[in-house]
Amino acid sequence: MADLFDGYPLGQTWDEMFAGPGRPRPPYTGLFSSLQRMSGEELAARADVLSQTYRDAGVTFAHAGEEQPFPLDIVPRVIGHEEWAVVERGVGQRVRALEAFLADVYGAGQVFADRVVPRSVVTTSAHFHRAAHGLVPPNGVRVHVSGIDLVRDEAGDFRVLEDNLRSPSGVSYVITNRAAMSQVLPELFGDHRVQPVADYPARLLAALKASAPAGVADPTVVLLTPGVYNSAYFEHALLARQMGVELVEGRDLVCSGGQLSMRTTDGQQRVDVIYRRIDDEFLDPVHFRSDSVIGCAGVLNAARAGRVTIANAVGNGVADDKLLYTWVPDLIRYYLGEEPVLQNAETHRLDEPDIVEWVLSSLDQLVLKPVDGSGGKGIVIGPRADERTLEELAVKVRASPRDWIAQKPIGLSTSPTLINGRIAPRHVDLRPFAVNDGDDVWVLPGGLTRVALPEGELVVNSSQGGGSKDTWVITPPRPAAEPAPEHDVTRIEFTTADLPAEPPAQDPGPPNDNAVAQSQQQQQSASVQGPGASSRGPGGSEVLRLTPRKLGASLWTGPTDVDGGGARC
Amino acid sequence: MLSRIAESLFWIGRYVERADDTARILDVHTQRLVEDPWIDEQRACANLLALMGAPCPDEEADTERVLSTLAFDRASPSSITGALSAARENARGAREVLSAEIWESLNVTHNALPQQRTMARRYGPHSLFRFVRERSAMVFGLADATMSRDESWLFLILGRSLERVDMTARMLSTRVLAGDAAPSWTLVLRSTGAYEPYLRTYRGAVNSSRAAEFLLLDRLFPRSVFASLEQAEGCLAELERANVREGHRIGVAGEAHRIVGRARTMLEFMQTDEILARLPTRLDELQRTCSAASEAVTERFFTEQAPQVWVPEGVA
Repeated sequence: MADLFDGYPLGQTWDEMFAGPGRPRPPYTGLFSSLQRMSGEELAARADVLSQTYRDAGVTFAHAGEEQPFPLDIVPRVIGHEEWAVVERGVGQRVRALEAFLADVYGAGQVFADRVVPRSVVTTSAHFHRAAHGLVPPNGVRVHVSGIDLVRDEAGDFRVLEDNLRSPSGVSYVITNRAAMSQVLPELFGDHRVQPVADYPARLLAALKASAPAGVADPTVVLLTPGVYNSAYFEHALLARQMGVELVEGRDLVCSGGQLSMRTTDGQQRVDVIYRRIDDEFLDPVHFRSDSVIGCAGVLNAARAGRVTIANAVGNGVADDKLLYTWVPDLIRYYLGEEPVLQNAETHRLDEPDIVEWVLSSLDQLVLKPVDGSGGKGIVIGPRADERTLEELAVKVRASPRDWIAQKPIGLSTSPTLINGRIAPRHVDLRPFAVNDGDDVWVLPGGLTRVALPEGELVVNSSQGGGSKDTWVITPPRPAAEPAPEHDVTRIEFTTADLPAEPPAQDPGPPNDNAVAQSQQQQQSASVQGPGASSRGPGGSEVLRLTPRKLGASLWTGPTDVDGGGARC
Repeated sequence: MLSRIAESLFWIGRYVERADDTARILDVHTQRLVEDPWIDEQRACANLLALMGAPCPDEEADTERVLSTLAFDRASPSSITGALSAARENARGAREVLSAEIWESLNVTHNALPQQRTMARRYGPHSLFRFVRERSAMVFGLADATMSRDESWLFLILGRSLERVDMTARMLSTRVLAGDAAPSWTLVLRSTGAYEPYLRTYRGAVNSSRAAEFLLLDRLFPRSVFASLEQAEGCLAELERANVREGHRIGVAGEAHRIVGRARTMLEFMQTDEILARLPTRLDELQRTCSAASEAVTERFFTEQAPQVWVPEGVA
């Protein structure tokens, strides 16, 4: 059988789709058989339509100042519901622990007194902001939105690679990926019951509104973007549009008398919640970088005065620091009294001289990550690095070990991906998104699967030539609850029994449509005279009952008037 | 202008709008079948067919049936293909008043249908729906840019507004009548193109009574029932003014105007709770209002002279 999957190599790493050659894992069986029916050319043609759809919709990622389409691979990733339940639990647990930690860091500092985490880890972090100390958000939530990066190791277990608690991006692609896939490849979905992702903006808005300062009846939420040149501007615009909130830039905001407002055609309008997608350093020139022109002066003081909520909170960076990451399992035990559901990747801190020495001597077998890096910048993968890189790295590590962590390389799982008309394995990760509304941490079913398109490449970041995949979470057989119950003031649900009669049919239109056009033609060619000749029975004994409308367009004239016509209103 | 031409324009307006709305409804429907894991396909399809006026037994209803009835049926003016062909047929008979651009646009649309159909069969129907939406927008956009605001324009827009009332009411019915097989309000809003305007207006999650209110009563959203009725009324008032020399002191000049105006005032002055409490009946009334208004327009404007029909002797 010459199909797409012929010669699909299975390596040492976990493959998302195949347990063995030609043997798909249970969640993939349906997808595998639908894909097998397609030829390579057909799939490639669909992939073209898919990328055209993305170009038309302007789904882009700005990289190095240029807008580039964000590649969407045509083969979705499928996650079974049992597996997903683990991810959901693990992500929720992590977010709750990190929330507690942040509250502690910017509050009592009990975690340091109890010697779980050294205070120096926090105070040396570039993302620790004294300005945020003692600032308690209205509903206690600091991590409104988070993205926890997961990878699957050789044994098939999900492991946490890093936490993103500042402004994780990528959720817009989850939404657009699903929309594009269901438009271009509806048959792939077949009998799958895939959990929907489209209600993310509604959930986010609800969480943001819930975090508004107390006493505000109908809070005004805005989304603060650095502007059209930001790499994630597409996402900012999409979220603002789907939440129905204003997308503002720093220059649209004004803060006076401890109150944040936006300039509108109706004068200044109060802002209660600001979902900001700019970094702490640029948010408020009063407290942070004074040269920032994309922030708003005074917003932090307004937040401290309890007049506006900043989401995500200022100073969250201390908790997604790559160094603090090594303590997260301890934090989960400390704050929640639970064992971590999701394990970290095996990671070493460079805080003891002998560990530093050991790391330096085995740089070629480790992955070294800069603590402050994001977007895959500065990561050195030892086994793949050349000698010069390693030498340079050794110098840097020796100079400031605090800036680095060392991880054992994980053989990232692979997923079948369409490359040049063939299906080939490519490495993937997964970023589930969690929204915390103060009562509950909700994890968007699916999340963003990023795929490294160059062969063998391990860095999946979109700024490093990565693409993405639509991620399906299969619905459990019995839905636990109806999706998104609507809170109604008035119940306006009815059944057909409430109707007096059958729904009316659509108005058929005048007879100069196709059917009649044909009869006209016949009449013109055969010179048949008489009313409705073509519609009449062969005996010609019956006059066509003409309603006024039909009469209007009748082309046949004769001497007699007929009842029902001619009555002027 | 000639009654025959006026009638053609009226129906071009209705058909193009119908194709546009049907495409929107079907697009959302097909997407929902794929995206909503809890959907009961058969019942959702049966509901849709029933509310579009083409009922079929539950067990026969599936997506294939929905598409063949509402998208590809060339003989039925209720399907996208049928409506667009009928619009083009009407335009062919009224070429002297339509601008060349509008005619060309309708003709190109009609000619592209077979190819679009093949594409839809191969790559899924979304491309067709998108094509139809774009072409309808083009037809009305060209009309807006190239037609004088004389009677021809009024008839075109009158047809479009009445059809819009009907289709929006039908779309609302799919939600309020289908029980647990009904699409969510979000989808209803999306299929009338109202989702983003709604979000911007209410800045919040979709709530059923507000969504119903928005689609029925919003003055500013052009596809709401109220806005469409108001537009139809405006067209009718203008047409009557041009047609009736001496002013009428009491009531309105035409039956159609009266029907449309009554529906509009019902929505405008009845309390929202009162409307929502008997929503199915109201929606049904609105759909019947459209038919009645359409008939009254026909009678008033398109059958100006007593129609004369040859009746063979001894049969009448």
